[in-house]
Amino acid sequence: MFGAGGGTSSYREAEETDVLLLWGSNARETHPIFFHHVLAGIQRGTQLVVVDPRVTASAAWADHWLGLEVGSDVALANGVAHAILAAGLENKAFIARATTGFAAYRDHVLTHYPVAKVAAVTGVAAATITAVAHAYAKADRAMICWTLGITEHHNAVDNVLALINLALLTGHVGRWGSGLNPLRGQNNVQGGGDMGALPHKLTGFQDVDDPEVRGRFEAAWGATIPPVPGWHLTDMFSAMERGELRSLYVLGENPARSEADGHRTVRLLSGLDTLVVQDIFLTQTAELADVVLPATASFAEADGTVTNSERRVQRMRRAVAPPAGARDDLAILAEVSRRLGRDLGDPTPEALWDELRALSPMHAGMSYRRLDELGGIQWPCPDEAHPGSPFLHGRLWAEPRQGPAAPFHVVEHAPPVEATDAAYPLRLTTGRRLDSYNTGVQSGSYPSPLRRGETLDLSPADAAHYGVVEGDQVRVSSRRGAVVAPVRIDPGLRPGLVFMTFHFPDQVDTNLLTIDAHDPRSGTAEFKAAAVRIDRVA
Amino acid sequence: MDLRPLATPPTDAERAAVDAVLGPPAPDANPAIGALRVARGQRHLLLPGLHAIQERCGWVSAGALGYLCQRLHVPPAEAYGVASFYALFALAERPATALHVCDDVACHAAGVVSITDALAQRVGPAGAARAGATWLPSPCLGLCEHAPAAMLTVAGAAPRAGAWGPLTADAAVDAIATGRAPAPPATVLHQRTAAPGRYPERLLAQVGRVDPTDLDAYRAAGGYQALRRALDRGPAWVLREVTDSGLVGRGGAAFPTGRKWTAVAQALGPTRYLVCNADESEPGTFKDRILMEEDPFALVEAMTIAAVTVGATRGFIYLRGEYPLARARLAGAIAAAQARGLVGADVLGSGKAFELELRLGAGAYICGEETALFASLEGYRGEPRTKPPFPVEAGLFGKPTVVNNVETLVNVLGIITDGAAAYRAVGTAGSPGTRLFCVSGRVARPGLYELPFGVPLAELLALAGAPTEVAAVLLGGAAGTFLGPAQLALPLSFEATRAVGASLGSGVVLVLDRAVPIAPVLARIARFFRDESCGQCVPCRVGTVRQEELITRLGRGAPHGSVATERALLAELGQAMRDASICGLGQTAASAIESAVANLGVFPDPEAR
Repeated sequence: MFGAGGGTSSYREAEETDVLLLWGSNARETHPIFFHHVLAGIQRGTQLVVVDPRVTASAAWADHWLGLEVGSDVALANGVAHAILAAGLENKAFIARATTGFAAYRDHVLTHYPVAKVAAVTGVAAATITAVAHAYAKADRAMICWTLGITEHHNAVDNVLALINLALLTGHVGRWGSGLNPLRGQNNVQGGGDMGALPHKLTGFQDVDDPEVRGRFEAAWGATIPPVPGWHLTDMFSAMERGELRSLYVLGENPARSEADGHRTVRLLSGLDTLVVQDIFLTQTAELADVVLPATASFAEADGTVTNSERRVQRMRRAVAPPAGARDDLAILAEVSRRLGRDLGDPTPEALWDELRALSPMHAGMSYRRLDELGGIQWPCPDEAHPGSPFLHGRLWAEPRQGPAAPFHVVEHAPPVEATDAAYPLRLTTGRRLDSYNTGVQSGSYPSPLRRGETLDLSPADAAHYGVVEGDQVRVSSRRGAVVAPVRIDPGLRPGLVFMTFHFPDQVDTNLLTIDAHDPRSGTAEFKAAAVRIDRVA
Repeated sequence: MDLRPLATPPTDAERAAVDAVLGPPAPDANPAIGALRVARGQRHLLLPGLHAIQERCGWVSAGALGYLCQRLHVPPAEAYGVASFYALFALAERPATALHVCDDVACHAAGVVSITDALAQRVGPAGAARAGATWLPSPCLGLCEHAPAAMLTVAGAAPRAGAWGPLTADAAVDAIATGRAPAPPATVLHQRTAAPGRYPERLLAQVGRVDPTDLDAYRAAGGYQALRRALDRGPAWVLREVTDSGLVGRGGAAFPTGRKWTAVAQALGPTRYLVCNADESEPGTFKDRILMEEDPFALVEAMTIAAVTVGATRGFIYLRGEYPLARARLAGAIAAAQARGLVGADVLGSGKAFELELRLGAGAYICGEETALFASLEGYRGEPRTKPPFPVEAGLFGKPTVVNNVETLVNVLGIITDGAAAYRAVGTAGSPGTRLFCVSGRVARPGLYELPFGVPLAELLALAGAPTEVAAVLLGGAAGTFLGPAQLALPLSFEATRAVGASLGSGVVLVLDRAVPIAPVLARIARFFRDESCGQCVPCRVGTVRQEELITRLGRGAPHGSVATERALLAELGQAMRDASICGLGQTAASAIESAVANLGVFPDPEAR
């Protein structure tokens, strides 16, 4: 945000903040390690606010639960802003010194998002919206953390901007204990983006369309870099559909099971001229591939670094020998390059890292020696005397302010693409559970006493309405496909809302139901909102 | 969503009992929201909830436990672990009326076996239900001066409990049949009648003279002047006086009270607690019971002084569950003090707050260990914690905590009123002040005696009417030391007892003569420790079992190998428990038995001569 692709705060700040908004996140189940920090905060006195359509396991620790309608996040955030403005609780000094676009934002919110109207749209009581708004605005320190409940929507970027607006409105960013934090799902999701695995960025979030940036990389690499941004994942499937993308090299992803509208995904992958998959498992995607390159696990089987959600780069060390036939990702890429006619030699992870430090200013001070000594370093770390950065955007509070002001964005509520109707009357939202990981590739192969397999979770009222009891098999259908799953009754769900995971695609392929509507700016599909109906299986 | 509720629903009575402690459930909010946050702050209500069920229904059924768990968001398996930790909770169906008959050392010496034999014949075996009633053997009920003793509990909408002694077989049968206990026996202070004026009465001065149910009577007798003085002079003065007085803890460990208070007063952070350890469970001990029954306002006032001095705004009295009269008197005293603003949001108009609560133990000797007591108050199994951190740093709920014994606290009143110098005027240089002694066993005048430190044991025995042929004195309780007839000149002070490897402990002086065979007494002590070990540390969990087996073998005259090898094994067990247990229970579980071998010559080694 404001030009940096990472959470602004350290984990430790979650322990020392006064109000923590967990928005579209069931961190207790999906980010259990981060949630330990949240629990430490709760024990110290942090007020926890959980914004989620479901009464989740995280809500069990909450002071307030805001059970909004799926996809009404922008409306709710704007309603919170309205309540803050109406009470005069906005941070006027911060707004004046560090932001732009406030007047337009204020007028928009005050005109179009009165709390009573927002309560009607979101289904959250007006008094609750106001109470949370005031608690957040008045807090000395307050954080917003979010995950896929914000980003797996067709208006994902607007959702994020709506939350950023709240932080700018109250000055809750750029200080210890105040910040904006997307929680990452793996030990190195942050690192993947940092390293440049993004269509429009080079390593260290440097713009690919900046000639000066490109020039430095081209000089170091001795190659020409295309000046136009590439495709993100959703673009790639559109390009396959148009016949423009004919060959695909997949590293450590399982799109055959993780993408929305699974029938279409498999059809497109199967129609490619060439599909190469490099993975540590023979995934469903790998089963479709022409060439499979078995890789070592980056954990324990390989050397290198990872970067976590608090932007901390940490060393990973090879501790066990990989299984026969598996090769280090780096060795595979070097070999592929050699076969393609360009010999990169066999760089060690540290040599490669040092090259990266020379090109990415935010990593420049992170030698392996310092990473070892300091137990990891949080970027940016521009030189070897720099201690790393526990939180970002302190510059907004500097006197005088450093760097550009942070802009408010006017954002509008836009309901999910697929509305419910008489044919598909139920809202399906998808998510994850504690003991499983995504499509189950990494977590499905060992037994867990917690794992109950896929279920269709629905409210007690809907169960009564459809005449089903726990364990009954139902057919769940959307406009794109149908699956059969057993019923589980969850009193944490409101009538009309049903929930499934996609952890067990071999049992129930939930993504046959989901919609591939996506936000063109982020490329993430709207996994959180599909319209379905259920029928008892006789 | 985190808990799988038990299938059995509660009865209306069980539900009402739990709701009476926790309040009615919130009507319509989704109970899952914030449940764990709320539950975290309510876990300490688990024990009061279990007591409420036990008192209402006579036992804790699966349905009742399940409902309590649902209300508190505690996993049922974990709550079962807590409930089953405590002897006073029945987890299998039991009649509403239960007579608990003490068969511990003092009552054993008073011939309780003839009564339990009679009960087995006339009522049925222990634990068997007959006509809505049952009887059970019990460890020490703290009525040793009236031995043999019993406690009757009657569950119901208006539960009753009463303890009394001396028990006769007829009275026991009658109590079981009618569900009515005789009135508790009157407290008699023999030193007042047998040797009037010879010894200064400091702690016992009000006992028998001031109505323990009347706050105004307490005030008319000089009560609450100490609190007023403490507030006038301020915490620094109080800390100095208490430190200068040389007062040390009377629970057994003899730690300087002033140092403890000062450490908590200086602790960082806004939250501190004050806990009164009234879990008087050391067999043979009844001093705190008499103080609480006869002078409850003294304890409340002393705790208030401690709280305003160290900055604790919340305090607890953890009273053992076997003291029904003390419970009633303390509850009355706290309520009266609250009504007059002597306890509460603004103590005596000083602007200082002190909320005081009475909590009940449930039959677990280990909970007298201070960290086990914290665990119990917090709603967990009463298992001790490793020290450090010490309670003054991380005690109740992990906060700095003063924990003091009842007798220790009551000493403070005199220190504040008369000053440290006057306090030190009696006793010895190393043990200033007076000490309460609980004399029981084979003496003519069993009861509570207050003597200056340093008086010889023989003088106390004479006062209490001990026989000329004393065979043994158990000093300090089951965790204490047996002294032989040759050791009766011992001065009763910390330094003198320490010099002979003994300890005053909780002030127990249990006298045995030749009429009481010693081996069954040792077997009872060994059984007691085996039963009361919390099981957390292996040396204690296994060692107390091995010790009991060994004592049983020697008692039968059937040693494994020779007596010599058994004695060597006994010494080894004791050493292992002393070295490797984390709390005092394991560390002292072999003390009395080893001293009996050393000082009384029991289990002589035939080959040694």
